[in-house]
Amino acid sequence: MRHVVSALVHNVPGVLSHISGMLASRGYNIDSLAVGETEDAKLSRMTFVVVGDDAVLEQVRKQLEKIVTVVRVDDVSGSEHVERDLMLIRVKAPLGKRSEICELTGIFRGRIVDVSADMVMIEISGQEGKIESFIELMRPFGIIELVRTGRIAMIRGNHHATAD
Amino acid sequence: MSTVEKPARVLPASPTQPTSGADVVVQTLVNHGVDTVFAYPGGASMPLHQALTRFRDKIRVVLPRHEQGGGFAAQGYARSTGKVGVCMATSGPGATNLVTSIADAKLDSVPMLAITGQVGTSVIGCDAFQETPIVEVCRSVTKHHYLVTDPNDLARVVREAFHIAGTGRPGPVLIDLPKNVQMAQVVPNYDDPMDLPGYNAVTPMAGKDEIATIARLIAESRRPLIYAGGGIVSANASRELLELVEKTGIPVTTTLMGIGGFPGTHPLALHMLGMHGSVYANLAVSEADLLLAFGVRFDDRVTGKVSEFAKHGKIVHIDIDASEINKIKGADFAAVSDLKYALSELNKVVKASADLAPWVEKINGWKKADPFKYRDDAESILPQQAIHELWRLTKDRDTIIATGVGQHQMWSAQFYLFDKPRTWLSSAGLGTMGFGLPAAVGAKVAHPDKLVVDIDGDGSLLMNIQEFATCFCEKIPVKVLLLNNQHLGMVVQWEDRFHDANRAHTYLGPIDNPEAIGKGKGIGPADRYPDFVAVAKGFGWTARHVIDKSELTDAIQEMIDSPGPYLLDVAVPYQEHVLPMIPSGATVRELIRE
Repeated sequence: MRHVVSALVHNVPGVLSHISGMLASRGYNIDSLAVGETEDAKLSRMTFVVVGDDAVLEQVRKQLEKIVTVVRVDDVSGSEHVERDLMLIRVKAPLGKRSEICELTGIFRGRIVDVSADMVMIEISGQEGKIESFIELMRPFGIIELVRTGRIAMIRGNHHATAD
Repeated sequence: MSTVEKPARVLPASPTQPTSGADVVVQTLVNHGVDTVFAYPGGASMPLHQALTRFRDKIRVVLPRHEQGGGFAAQGYARSTGKVGVCMATSGPGATNLVTSIADAKLDSVPMLAITGQVGTSVIGCDAFQETPIVEVCRSVTKHHYLVTDPNDLARVVREAFHIAGTGRPGPVLIDLPKNVQMAQVVPNYDDPMDLPGYNAVTPMAGKDEIATIARLIAESRRPLIYAGGGIVSANASRELLELVEKTGIPVTTTLMGIGGFPGTHPLALHMLGMHGSVYANLAVSEADLLLAFGVRFDDRVTGKVSEFAKHGKIVHIDIDASEINKIKGADFAAVSDLKYALSELNKVVKASADLAPWVEKINGWKKADPFKYRDDAESILPQQAIHELWRLTKDRDTIIATGVGQHQMWSAQFYLFDKPRTWLSSAGLGTMGFGLPAAVGAKVAHPDKLVVDIDGDGSLLMNIQEFATCFCEKIPVKVLLLNNQHLGMVVQWEDRFHDANRAHTYLGPIDNPEAIGKGKGIGPADRYPDFVAVAKGFGWTARHVIDKSELTDAIQEMIDSPGPYLLDVAVPYQEHVLPMIPSGATVRELIRE
């Protein structure tokens, strides 16, 4: 089973190394990891995608909580939540193919952020599945380079209006 | 402990004069009541040592002869007192030499503060002379770690380190101090608040409902058993445990770490369980209908085959570390709590289970049928006998026992009966050979009036034998009862049992002796190597060799009575096996009795 776990960590040097080292040394499989500052400069947010059963998730969570610099751990996938991935992708776009690429980018609500003579760079965000299908659609054009962030996620509010 | 104790202040709270970073560190140690530091100096830790000379009246600095010895001495101090043990080393090799003792403290939950010198901040990362990224090396073997780059952080960081090392589940904390940070001039604020948003300030306490449930499970059980671990000792909960047993009549087995947490001479003591535990403890676990697991972690040396362990009983697990619950073995009911609190609350409401007489009678039958035993018709002195004799001669006085790792360690656990906590110092989780002598050093420094004996093997003793010099030069009169079988006995035992007695580098004498390939005809006095008595004498110790059974009692008594450090080198046969034995990953049904 796939779990999205979010950890609020004390923003001190070495915290990423500590956490990734713990996960590796205890043999947990991390599919994705994203780190960034939060609204509080003293704290960072780390979002992991962990694969394993509930017992594995329970241990990952407790082992994370044990690390002195980890302030709080949430199992995001245990609640209604929004998940996003961001991708930059550069594809071959010779004249004649460009409009088709533009159209597909529009359908996926992506943006073209850089254009050169025979290639374009596209920015696209969304859930993992959407990103994966966009990659498949771009493959025939010729993918030159691709960069993805890890997954980030946030639990929905109690009385939310779904705008997804 | 729910609050941080305010340290006794020796100097004014907020000095206005600048002082060196090293002085701030040492002053903070003093503020935390540190009276001894085990420290080996080097280039990058010299300012700290210079500062320590300015606090000579408050802190004793013991100079070990190897940093690992210093680390284990700090552990011996910590394990025997419950206070945070402090060791110090320079950068690079000094720091890496501490790593084993840090890892050992982590696995056995020993509160320890390791301070290392580091190269100056301007050259960190440049592969400078004696530079290792020791914080990187130690991340996974410490409870927490710091590299201090701003001297203004020093007072706070040292405070935090004591707090983290000593509260919750105790453990080692490393502070790495670049030399320029030690030398910088700062105006310290010893009252700087701690900045630990991720560390639980409040010790977990079991709730009333949880206590009530445990009391109910006890009342309903017919065959209850307490499985007590190092958590009982760490939490200083042995009195509460004894009270629970007196109230309920429930028998107790302890882990290797739990030894001393319950009196070994108590009629309801089932002694150690697990691989080399008693037959009766292991049978009791397998037949219990309720296993009360207090401060334990279901180590593989205890459980054997996990799925078969305590198969017929409900498991109640209390531990201060939430991550221990359901880590190895699922608990039917668990509480995350300080054990002293949980047991004292439980004692308020618990009622004796239904009639336990048939259960206790059954256990007593097992005890009678299968006690720990050894042959008394042997010609030579058996190691078990030497330990048993040491116990007989020291049981009525305050004695602390340290051990190395291997057969002698297991026999000490079996044949020396410990009635008090913190009198048994042994490397249980990491199983570090060489632990015994330096741990005894630390314990003796903390308890100058107690008899401190390192029961050791010849393999283990040789691993930190340089600490003989520490004992002599620092006037630390520890005793060593050396059970010398010229082999790595525990490995030999496994060779005998599982590898057709093929000797694979387990003989510790010269390679041209036929014993090296297992073809010898016994080890005569002339073959013995090294001459430990001569070695000890060379270090200024008193030493004696015994081979004759009739001399044993007299020799042990002489060791006990001697005023200075004393080595008693006892020749014992290497053919003895530690029994009973449940092979790795097996169950009590596969228990080997002989």
